[in-house]
Amino acid sequence: MDNNKSWIDQRFPLTKVWNEHLAEYYTPRNFNFWYFFGSLAMLVLVMQIVTGIFLTMHFKPDSANAFASVEYIMRDVDWGWLIRYLHSTGASAFFIVIYLHMYRGLLYGSYKAPRELIWILGMVLYIALMAEAFMGYVLPWGQMSYWGAQVIISLFGSVPFIGPDLLTWILGDYAVGDPALNRFFSLHVIALPLILVVLVFLHIVALHTVGSNNPDGVEIKKNKDKDGIPKDGIPFHPYYSVKDIVGVVVFLMLFSAVVFFAPAMNGYFLEHANFIEANPLKTPDHIAPLWYLTPFYSVLRAIPPMFGSQFPGVVGMFAALLILLALPWLDRSKVKSIRYRSWPYKVALGIFVVSFIVLGWLGMQPVTPINALLARVFTAAYFGFFILMPWFTSIGKTKEVPARVTE
Amino acid sequence: MSGQEIDLKKRRFLTNATSVVGAVGVGFVAWPFLSSWMPSARAKAAGAPVDVDISKLESGQLVRVLWRKKPVWIFKRDSSTIANLKTLDAELTDPNNEEDQQPIYAKNTYRSIKEEVAVIVGVCTHLGCSPTYRPELGAADLGGDAWKGGFYCPCHGSKFDLAGRVYAGAPAPTNLIIPPYHFVSDSLIRIGVDPKAS
Amino acid sequence: MKKLLKTTLSVLAGLAISFNVLAAAAVTLDSANTDIRDQKSLQNGAKLFMNYCSGCHSIAFMRYNRIGKDLNISDADVEKNLMFSGDKIGETITSSMSKTGAEKWFGTTPPDLSLVSRSKGVDWIYTYLHGFYKDESRPFGVNNKILVNASMPDVLWELKQNKSAEDFDQDVRDITNFLDYVGEPAKLVRVDLGYKVLAFLFVLFILSYLLKKEYWKDVKYGKWRAKD
Repeated sequence: MDNNKSWIDQRFPLTKVWNEHLAEYYTPRNFNFWYFFGSLAMLVLVMQIVTGIFLTMHFKPDSANAFASVEYIMRDVDWGWLIRYLHSTGASAFFIVIYLHMYRGLLYGSYKAPRELIWILGMVLYIALMAEAFMGYVLPWGQMSYWGAQVIISLFGSVPFIGPDLLTWILGDYAVGDPALNRFFSLHVIALPLILVVLVFLHIVALHTVGSNNPDGVEIKKNKDKDGIPKDGIPFHPYYSVKDIVGVVVFLMLFSAVVFFAPAMNGYFLEHANFIEANPLKTPDHIAPLWYLTPFYSVLRAIPPMFGSQFPGVVGMFAALLILLALPWLDRSKVKSIRYRSWPYKVALGIFVVSFIVLGWLGMQPVTPINALLARVFTAAYFGFFILMPWFTSIGKTKEVPARVTE
Repeated sequence: MSGQEIDLKKRRFLTNATSVVGAVGVGFVAWPFLSSWMPSARAKAAGAPVDVDISKLESGQLVRVLWRKKPVWIFKRDSSTIANLKTLDAELTDPNNEEDQQPIYAKNTYRSIKEEVAVIVGVCTHLGCSPTYRPELGAADLGGDAWKGGFYCPCHGSKFDLAGRVYAGAPAPTNLIIPPYHFVSDSLIRIGVDPKAS
Repeated sequence: MKKLLKTTLSVLAGLAISFNVLAAAAVTLDSANTDIRDQKSLQNGAKLFMNYCSGCHSIAFMRYNRIGKDLNISDADVEKNLMFSGDKIGETITSSMSKTGAEKWFGTTPPDLSLVSRSKGVDWIYTYLHGFYKDESRPFGVNNKILVNASMPDVLWELKQNKSAEDFDQDVRDITNFLDYVGEPAKLVRVDLGYKVLAFLFVLFILSYLLKKEYWKDVKYGKWRAKD
């Protein structure tokens, strides 16, 4: 056995990698509930890839057959329904997990130096994931797939000067149709998953270079014992591996409850209108993207057309995403964790979270005058959080951060 | 305090128990994924029994139908062909159908329920080509006078007689497969379903 | 801060109002109150559907023998009682009505109903089937409460005439129940399977939680280096 190991180790740094990233990777001992979501995101990614591989075996990326092939999976393929529900529920679960994971970063200042790059890689991951989810949602070729794609892709048509040509290029046709479905399929099953996997790898390499933050925002590497081991650190394996297993099992229980008891989640995970095949002649009464994209869809709708162009709204929507990248430099606070922050940050974070949720909810509603007004108010609040951050993170009194992590 | 002591035995037990139950869970999860490779309801429907009307089939004539995406030959043998089949034993690999390549009710010299009606899966047992029907006696390219009619596989030269039995020395190791079938009536054959046990 | 809170609250109140306005605008549907575990109801629904609906409406994602298997009807009985079109038992259920004929008779092609329970919901189907009323201005002399100017005749009128109100209501409910099943045949098994999966995961949860607790004793008592 030992011989065998050294044979591999002579040729591949197996033991070294194991130690550096698991058995001797020292992790703060005070992780709480919010620290489950990184490993859960990995789990969901793997689940999506595995279920996706099996769905691809039966799905037909052809506008004449796509809708029927999904129903074929749901009915004729042995256990196809389960694989499909795992995948469709997994998409929503991915975003729930990712949003909680990102919120954790906001709570404990995990994006602050020296972890700016982890945050940026994470945000790029998030944006790639949105593209992945959007294209995946087009594939079943139901009414929502079709018209959702039509609306979102039309945004590119509003780009000044090149818009119409850009639109035609993206679609490979004059409207959403077979070429769009086929290229989205390709991007969804191979291009974007590859990008996601590489980004996850980089995200983790960056994390393991600087080490994990924690609920106290204390750098555990500043306090090492004579062996050079952080006093507040514990090896990731076995302590956090066994803890994450508990998190995984609890997550799987909630996840299974949705898959088996409410896979459509009353229209939130699988929209009702998407059980009608795409029909280019008939727009559904009300088009809304799936819930995880709606905050940004709200921002888009909140910004009125200017100079006869929808482009400002599109810019606003992408700005709402891209501004997240600047977060590490907008935050001027000396402390990381919410536990020691001044009250203005706490208030601002509260308003931001409310804004995000309300924008998400508004994005699913039809436009009414009051909804439009609300969307504008909360869009302003959303951007206000970032624009005013240098100010409200530098005022107010912060609490003193302890030298060591607290229990 | 007893709670502070580390009970390695308990630890090992819990590690093993969790691993075993977890592995069982992975097994459960694997099952639906593996099952999804089985023929789907659509494939099964497409592979449903096929009915063939043989009322217009003449002696020596062969029809091909697709059953489970494979060619099946149905042809009528005349009395001289039937007589010839009995004389070929010495030249065949498995004249008495020892290999399980046919349903029990077709385990006879003619490899059929009725000696004049042959039903054979037209897929060479060597590498899956479909042999051609060569019923003419004494075909020069197939051995002259010794050829009593049969099937010739163009891929690798395997030869079969008119009961689908393979000639010795051919690359094909076994006789052709006889599918399950039965006579619904004298003129109607249903391929894919065994006769009801009488 | 108080001001902020106040604004937040008033805005949330505004949200609640707009939500209520929306909800009130929706058509009220009667509750179908169907039970997919009621096999008798599904069997009766299948029979009624095949007799009264399948002439015009396909359920093209559904196979005859799947219905037989799921609803516990033998293939022979399926062929005798549910199949009228000379199809094979493994085939999907498509209406024999030709497209052009349908256009001529109804002005439109009757939609496929494989997924109507998923796109419209069971309550909609139930209310719709109950919703026919006399309206001489329409080609078939009837109109519908919730699908105004529907092109469909009231095919169930004969049942409505000859049965008690309760029996007819049960028939409508059975057809609705059957269409719910047709919308998602896996529904028959997934809920039961769900309980089993949750029970299994619960066992795994107990074990993994104990395992975690056992290992974390090291951390709790500051002796993690004592691991074996």
